[in-house]
Amino acid sequence: MTTEARKTHAIDINALNRAGKSGRDKFDTCISVQDLNLFYGSKQALHNVNMEMPRKKVTAYIGPSGCGKSTLLRCINRMNDLVDGVTIQGKLLLDGEDIYDKNINVAALRRRVGMVFQKPNPFPKSIYENVAYGLRIQGINDRRVLDEIVEKSLRGAALWDEAKDRLNDNALGLSGGQQQRLVIARAIAIEPEVILLDEPASALDPISTLKIEELIDELKEKYTIVIVTHNMQQAARVSDYTAFMYMGELIEFGETSELFTNPAKKQTEDYITGRYG
Amino acid sequence: MIKAWFKSGSPWIWMTAGAVSINLLLVVGLLLLIAIRGLGHFWPADILEYQYQNQQGQHSVIIGEEVDESLLHEAQARAAGFEVLNDVEYLHQYLVKTGNRDILGSDFRWIQDQYIREKTAPDDLIAVERREWGNFYGRLRAVKQNGEVIAAGEQAWPVAQEKLAKDLVLFDEIDRLQDKDVGAINYNLERLRLKQRALELKNQWNDTKAQEFAALKTTYEAQYKVIQAELSKLNREIKTYSIVVSEAGGREIDIPLNRVVKLSRPNAMSVLDKSIEYVKNFKAFITEEPREANTEGGIFPAIFGTVLMVMLMAVVVTPFGVIAAVYLREYAKQGLITRIIRIAVNNLAGVPSIVYGVFGLGFFVYIIGGSIDKIFFPEAAPAPVFGTPGLLWASLTLALLTLPVVIVATEEGLSRIPKSIREGSLALGATKAETLWRTVLPMASPAIMTGLILAVARAAGEVAPLMLVGVVKLAPTLPLDGNFPYLHLDRKFMHLGFHIYDVGFQSPNVEAARPLVYATSLLLVMVIVGLNMFAIAIRNNLREKYRALEN
Repeated sequence: MTTEARKTHAIDINALNRAGKSGRDKFDTCISVQDLNLFYGSKQALHNVNMEMPRKKVTAYIGPSGCGKSTLLRCINRMNDLVDGVTIQGKLLLDGEDIYDKNINVAALRRRVGMVFQKPNPFPKSIYENVAYGLRIQGINDRRVLDEIVEKSLRGAALWDEAKDRLNDNALGLSGGQQQRLVIARAIAIEPEVILLDEPASALDPISTLKIEELIDELKEKYTIVIVTHNMQQAARVSDYTAFMYMGELIEFGETSELFTNPAKKQTEDYITGRYG
Repeated sequence: MIKAWFKSGSPWIWMTAGAVSINLLLVVGLLLLIAIRGLGHFWPADILEYQYQNQQGQHSVIIGEEVDESLLHEAQARAAGFEVLNDVEYLHQYLVKTGNRDILGSDFRWIQDQYIREKTAPDDLIAVERREWGNFYGRLRAVKQNGEVIAAGEQAWPVAQEKLAKDLVLFDEIDRLQDKDVGAINYNLERLRLKQRALELKNQWNDTKAQEFAALKTTYEAQYKVIQAELSKLNREIKTYSIVVSEAGGREIDIPLNRVVKLSRPNAMSVLDKSIEYVKNFKAFITEEPREANTEGGIFPAIFGTVLMVMLMAVVVTPFGVIAAVYLREYAKQGLITRIIRIAVNNLAGVPSIVYGVFGLGFFVYIIGGSIDKIFFPEAAPAPVFGTPGLLWASLTLALLTLPVVIVATEEGLSRIPKSIREGSLALGATKAETLWRTVLPMASPAIMTGLILAVARAAGEVAPLMLVGVVKLAPTLPLDGNFPYLHLDRKFMHLGFHIYDVGFQSPNVEAARPLVYATSLLLVMVIVGLNMFAIAIRNNLREKYRALEN
């Protein structure tokens, strides 16, 4: 495919998406990506991405390794700012506000958009302090308030029963699955609007994975969730909407049930049937 | 066969293991030599009495401790004027510490085995450790009170010990009065003088002030008179007793008990007594002040100075090094300039320490110190306060010397913090600075401590630069005392490393100083090991706390 052809193709897709593909209902947009291009140095990692993500629903990004799904995810809380030599063009609106605006406070943005990473990354502190970390950053040090939020968050992350007797133990003593739920608790403690999950179960065993998936199901009642996953079954199980990406482009975006059963694009079909990727 | 052996890798293993063994042997050997030579010094040695008859047939008695022996080739002996009695190739000779420097002129003498008629160790020989003139060896004849004999013969020994114990208490009392109380009054008077001079310089000196100061001065002088009266009373009291002792030649001399530190009869001691004495001697060595040009007494001020200087250095170097490393690693744009800075920092670690000393003297002492004196202490002129080598400048110079170590170690630690931890913190809405303070720096603290450990090890053993910026042979006062502001950064101080050099090579009494050199070296090693252990304990504690790095 030539560059020219690819461009028309992309615009074609985006037009489809914006129009509300295949009779999809107009949804309450939380995050809107508009003409987003991202370069690492001179290498382009995202090509003119356009998509809208619904509020209080789970959106999954699928695609082969290196297709730019994590990069796109990390654009939403501006984690890519930390990478040297990154250039971003286009707009990314959160509740209609461009998060790449010059006047935006990045720290405040990240309080609204929480993130959970591929590998559990609890701080080498107690379980309690891990959950309280974001609150202490905001200057909340009142023990009673903290106690309450820590409990609420741990319950929210389905970790309370396992952790309530060892709140002051080092978080690194928890198992991988528990650590990942702790990290989720840490993220929801600061009450974000959006939670980004970057392959949250890829380092976990099946049982822990199941727990995380159940948790995602509960969390979507309160939060807008965007999840990157390698695992198509997982995407099918947990998400309401799915975006398929390939080579830095958004190929197809639609309701999960429809994308998996009746993909509009040949590439999507090839990928979900396991013909490449 | 050989080829297979080479291929198997065992020669390589042998070689590396051999290198480790040699290193280990050298370290253990070094410590052992220092420990044996140094610790042996405190063991109460037997006093021997030699019946000595030289080639002219003159008979004499020699009393002393045998400290060394050697073989003298007969040709050498003949050249030195000895007649070789038996047909031997080598003559055995002993080095005897005869003490009695006031009578004999020197503390040590070599004696020839072939002239010794008899060697005995009678119980009644005593060693008198004096405040001046070194040890006296001989026999106790009597104890006198105000010139009158109160005990003689066998009764003399217990009486002498009892009176000595009393005198030592008095001596401590006098010492305390002179050092602390009189010292404090002098210190206050000096401060008063400086205040007056400062006011005069500012043209604020007037009659009211003059009266006020005069009143204060009178108070101090009144206090001084009280102490003076007390002192002269004590001084009279302490001079009451003296002992009569006879030296090897039979001559009797009087030694006032206030000039005596210790009386002992090592020949009459059991092994247990000697062990107790040994511990006492060692304790005295590390808690007392030096006497007689540092060749006698303890080394407490040197230990104190070393530890204090190293601690001040650590207090200065840690924040500086950490801040510099944080900027270099976290904030500065990585590129040519940071690379050059890193190379410069690493090279700084290779600059000879004496160069730092010269820099410290030129920059800290003369430029900074001189300016401080001009601005803040004009009243002290022409005497310098900070414009002269002192504790502060020594600490700063060593801080500069060890800065590269801390920077490099901290950078290393910062670079080892996983990216995921930083991202985790940033994703929770922490700014970069908050992430640094709350997560990155605490996690890097074991690495920072490692840098500090290396810095402390280097600084505690450094001597050359200190000779230029603050160390002296004998400091009259400790840099920390009860007079405001308690920590006197401007004072000169003593240091174990310099003490070794001074005692070993600048001492008038080389033979007497030799064991002290080993003992002081041992102490220096112990102090460094102690400081390091302290830092390592802190580091291990931190490591345990932040062991996320391990996985």
